[in-house]
Amino acid sequence: MFDDKNQEILLDVSNIEVVYNNIILVLRGVSLTVEKGGITALLGGNGAGKSTTLKSVSNLLRSERGEVTKGTISYNGESIKDLDPADMVRSGVIQVMEGRHCFEHLTVEENLLTGAYTRKVGGSEIQESLDLVYNYFPRLKERRKSLAGYTSGGEQQMVAIGRALMSQPETILLDEPSMGLAPQLVEEIFEIVKQLNEKESVAFLLAEQNTNVALKYAHKGYILESGRVVMDGPAKELRENPDVKEFYLGMSEEGRSSFKNTKSYRRRKRWL
Amino acid sequence: MEILYAILIAPFVEMGSYPDLFIQALWDGFVAGTLYGLIALGFVLIFKASGVFNFSQPILVVLAALSLVSFYKMGIPAWISVILVLILFYVLAWLVERLILRQLVNQDGNILFMSTIGLTFIIIGAAQWIFGGVPSAMIVNELGFPNGSLEWPMFDGGVYFEMIDISAAVIAVIMIVILAVFFSKTKIGRGLRAVADDHQAALSVGISLNQIWVIVWFVAGIVALVTGIFWGARSDVSFALQIIGFKALPVLIIGGFTSIQGAIIGGLIIGLGEKIFEIYWGPLLGSGVEGWFAYVIALVFLLYRPQGLFGDKLIERV
Repeated sequence: MFDDKNQEILLDVSNIEVVYNNIILVLRGVSLTVEKGGITALLGGNGAGKSTTLKSVSNLLRSERGEVTKGTISYNGESIKDLDPADMVRSGVIQVMEGRHCFEHLTVEENLLTGAYTRKVGGSEIQESLDLVYNYFPRLKERRKSLAGYTSGGEQQMVAIGRALMSQPETILLDEPSMGLAPQLVEEIFEIVKQLNEKESVAFLLAEQNTNVALKYAHKGYILESGRVVMDGPAKELRENPDVKEFYLGMSEEGRSSFKNTKSYRRRKRWL
Repeated sequence: MEILYAILIAPFVEMGSYPDLFIQALWDGFVAGTLYGLIALGFVLIFKASGVFNFSQPILVVLAALSLVSFYKMGIPAWISVILVLILFYVLAWLVERLILRQLVNQDGNILFMSTIGLTFIIIGAAQWIFGGVPSAMIVNELGFPNGSLEWPMFDGGVYFEMIDISAAVIAVIMIVILAVFFSKTKIGRGLRAVADDHQAALSVGISLNQIWVIVWFVAGIVALVTGIFWGARSDVSFALQIIGFKALPVLIIGGFTSIQGAIIGGLIIGLGEKIFEIYWGPLLGSGVEGWFAYVIALVFLLYRPQGLFGDKLIERV
């Protein structure tokens, strides 16, 4: 079992503040760590800043006119401030973006191959990686010649994760893998995430709204609200926490309860 | 009745009775078509990789032809001049990326389009200032392209094939094949298509947009140079050359904005169509048909097949 106390820290985000377009303050002091070989969940509702946090780590922020104005992010002990997304991929951090973002007019296999863009190796090694991806996602092998735009939502999510895997990452930043997928498919995707974590020892930083599933698979979690971390801890503790239960899992002391019956002053409670 | 005969029968009778004239028209149309295709190709390359409709493509053709001739006039050997032009275009591609595209990343397509209009005027001004605007002849012979023409006697008359036209067609075909292979088989080609599909996703897998943009503007510059040499040979090298750039618009509409084959086949349809139509149907309409024929065809396409013959269909999942 993964034990985060004894693991070395891969990614260290320390008190960052992010501003878009020089004016919109999105993150106000987010700190988190991702340990080698662990699954770290980043939870919270819409607009809490989950995606922004991931993008500040992968450095995709700049292309969206965002900027880290305070705080530091370091990967393997080195600051990532001056690296571009391609450098990040080369050093082992790749982001799977929210909403999958496949290359629609490329075939499934071509999509996967773009994941190996930064690798300077021969065709046989690329082929090995392809086989590895097909091993985890047999369905993609069947559909390798079809245009990614014509595949189903679940398959596109697999393409997106498989594509990231082609870069031989140490850490995958996975943004809302459950978005728009059927519950059964969500479980399937998360099972594969777990396997990748255990067998290929890929660390995951996982942004999710689906708190229930995320805490089931993650080792530890952070809860974001309005750009701040309001709670963190091992996934097991978060699952047991009465506030998390009530706000994110829809449970109360008496078991499952309806949102309708929650008293409004309780509902409005925030950890601010 | 007479009018129906003049439209439906007379032209074909004429084609049949003077086959040499017909073949000559086909050949002229074919050569013009490949050259239209080349201009359209420059647009397609940049549109595919950056989603920008590059208004400055025609002026790049002028810049290529003009700088080539000017370098030669300075006493630099013809082939060295070609290399200098290539260096010039590489520098230009780099500057465009640094000063325009990088600053406008993630902006709306219209904003990028406007920036290429601005770029057009900057290039016109700079080129006039540095190279002057006096029309001059293209240095075709100095570049080693054969002179004169082949005459091929057939039927009662004969068909003339200008050597420069043959060279143009051959080089255009070679270039298209190389580009098609480059786009579909190589890693960088795949990267270019990926960028065309989704900037953000391309960035996220580690494709450097900046590098891709420099490459694609440079390749578009090479295409502009080839186009400039052969169009320059057909008319003069002057700023008037950019007018033919507008012919590329109907070509793009017919072939599709995102397809290399489309650019070429669209070019051929326009080139052949307008030549044949001008010769056989033109007199009925008082000639001058070449000027508007392309646009009418484009209009028909816009109505019935807006993505063009080979353009990417909008993929929509239902």
